[in-house]
Amino acid sequence: MERKTLTAAAVLGLLAVGLAMPVEAKTKINLWYGLKGYLGKQVMKVCERFNAAQDEYEIVCTGKGNYDQALQAGIAAYRAKKHPHILQGVETATATLMLSGAIYPAHQLMADAGYDVDWSDYIGSIMSYYASSDGKLYSFPFNSSTPVMYYNIDMYEKAGIAGPAETWEQFEENLRTLKTSGVACPIAFSTYLWVHLEQFSYMHGEPISTRNNGFDGLDAELVFNKTSYVKHVERLKRWYDEKLGSYAKELFGVGTRESFATGKCGHYFGSIASHGTVLKSAKMKWNVAPLPHNEGVTPNNTVVGGASFWIMKGFDEADYKGVAAFFDFIRSVESQEFWSTVTGYVPTTRSGYDGLVAKGFYKQEQYAGREVAIESLARTPPTPLSRGLRLGYFRQIKKIIGDELEQMLAGKKTAQEALDNAVKRGNEQLRRFEKQYQGQSLP
Amino acid sequence: MIKRVLFRNRLLPYLLILPEVLIVFVFFYWPSAKALFWSFTLEPPFGGFAQWVGLDNFRELFSSPEYYESAGITLIFAFWTTFISMGLALLLAIFVDRVIRGLVVYRTVLMWPYAVAAPAAAVAFQFIFQPGVGFFAFLNDIWPGIWDPNIVGADAMLMVIIAASWKSITYNFIFFLAGLQAIPRTFVEAAALDGAGPIRRFVTIVFPLLSPTFFFLLVINVTDSFTEGFGIINVMTQGGPGGATNILVYKIYQDGFIGLDLSGSSAQSVVLMALVVLLTFVQFKWIERRIHYAE
Repeated sequence: MERKTLTAAAVLGLLAVGLAMPVEAKTKINLWYGLKGYLGKQVMKVCERFNAAQDEYEIVCTGKGNYDQALQAGIAAYRAKKHPHILQGVETATATLMLSGAIYPAHQLMADAGYDVDWSDYIGSIMSYYASSDGKLYSFPFNSSTPVMYYNIDMYEKAGIAGPAETWEQFEENLRTLKTSGVACPIAFSTYLWVHLEQFSYMHGEPISTRNNGFDGLDAELVFNKTSYVKHVERLKRWYDEKLGSYAKELFGVGTRESFATGKCGHYFGSIASHGTVLKSAKMKWNVAPLPHNEGVTPNNTVVGGASFWIMKGFDEADYKGVAAFFDFIRSVESQEFWSTVTGYVPTTRSGYDGLVAKGFYKQEQYAGREVAIESLARTPPTPLSRGLRLGYFRQIKKIIGDELEQMLAGKKTAQEALDNAVKRGNEQLRRFEKQYQGQSLP
Repeated sequence: MIKRVLFRNRLLPYLLILPEVLIVFVFFYWPSAKALFWSFTLEPPFGGFAQWVGLDNFRELFSSPEYYESAGITLIFAFWTTFISMGLALLLAIFVDRVIRGLVVYRTVLMWPYAVAAPAAAVAFQFIFQPGVGFFAFLNDIWPGIWDPNIVGADAMLMVIIAASWKSITYNFIFFLAGLQAIPRTFVEAAALDGAGPIRRFVTIVFPLLSPTFFFLLVINVTDSFTEGFGIINVMTQGGPGGATNILVYKIYQDGFIGLDLSGSSAQSVVLMALVVLLTFVQFKWIERRIHYAE
């Protein structure tokens, strides 16, 4: 008796759900992202703002852990045909995603959905990272940043240093001056390749690999063991040996940013995206400055880092209309303004940047300094050696270089030996990638 | 006396064993077969056409100095975690076995760490070993720079060995204690009456009777340290610094899941599986002979 009632109730319930469904049927768009903590919450807010701005589509945003985990989740889901419409991909995975066969190119999507986008509005050095060799955007730049130098003004004043160094030579002198003035930790640093290898090479117009950093073909070979990067690595080793700073790894809970923000260390190199985070915890006077360069060099632009949104294949036209509407929304001046204000990431288009300038954004005390990032991104138009990297398995290559550099810091290898071995092992990865995608070429 | 269970229904035993077989199939045989297949191909991360490359993946593996280095690191890690965790567990079990008052309390308290998940234990140990502010920071106050698992490979290795041993001591302890308590008191008492001291009694009576437990734990510990070090290493060192704690199982994860080289990492797991099987075989062939199983 009771069971019958229950069954009847269940059937009725199902019917009710079935009947209720067609009403208010918004097209659902799924998006998976790889940011955690404060930044992850801000991504959710961007999604909520899109949902509030229109009532045709509903974007469902889901955090999948960090960048690596989000990519893993995207891959596993794509293999099981349960993937989202949009996947956030870290910049180092660009080559892998471009050749994955799972991607619907961004420029194609917008054309198919009938949007007339002024692509030239995108900031050159941001665009070039995610565009094909003929300048067509493959994924939408979203959280874009570039590294800057954070410095502690209180410590500078005490040690009598006039201002942030423009050259690496002067920078090293400043570290020594700080040390003699009694600062225990002039810099919190690591081998941070994004700053010390990538941006360093772009700024100095030196290649990381042949074939224009991989843009011209999968047969590129690493060459950073023959550039002034070797000298720069020796510099890092000197900082370590002379105890000019503390070598801080995120793994031990206290990374370079925390060491700086708590006022313990005098400098750190990091993404402009952390500007907001440092602002919240720093109790001292501090500011940001462009990354230094070698003496006697006129530096190029720096290049964007962060992640972009990739559109995945396998959905119907109606869904893709919603995806296009979302991208049209996030490239709007208002949405960029919101995102840049709450995070510290830079606007991706000129109109977005101009919008912020017109509002006097960079003149407000708490945001002062954030323009340093966009100025260094736009310092020169991107050259073939300063538009980014297009290397396969680059995530893994970075791990290899990092391992070799740690062995150098531990005194097991010289800088040259470590980099020679990193190049050898890295090239093995590149050849593996080339073999994997035999017969294909980068767009 | 051995109890035998007889099933009248011929189908029932198969039905009863089916869930277990299914689980083992889905989580072991199927992935293993897939890994074996992938190890002979170049599998693209997002799927699609996979080239057949024969033994290329294995050839690349065996010509890589880093792979041998990782294998060496794995052996060091396996040896020391097994040695420390079994040694200390045996010592603790002997002490607890002699305790008369409060036995339950000791037994319970010593079993707790087994309930702690490896990553949680690793986070706790990370605080202890943090070179700047952790418990070990005092070493750096006395001799600046002496403790730096951020950069010094040996320090990092020591750290993960201690954490991994701590984690498995309790498991071993439970088995050792049960083994000790199963030894009839009369044997030990008779030996004591004959004038044998505690050490002599342990060497000639207790340990031989404990040897089946010892052998079982040896096999489990060695196998475990080859595969279970992952949780600790992923949190504490991620294979670093400079690859100093990159044990084989972590390298498989790193190359496959982070590096997206699915085939290379499959080849590595096939080799690791073969290694563990071989090692277990060796243990059974040469060590088990000396084991005396009681009737």
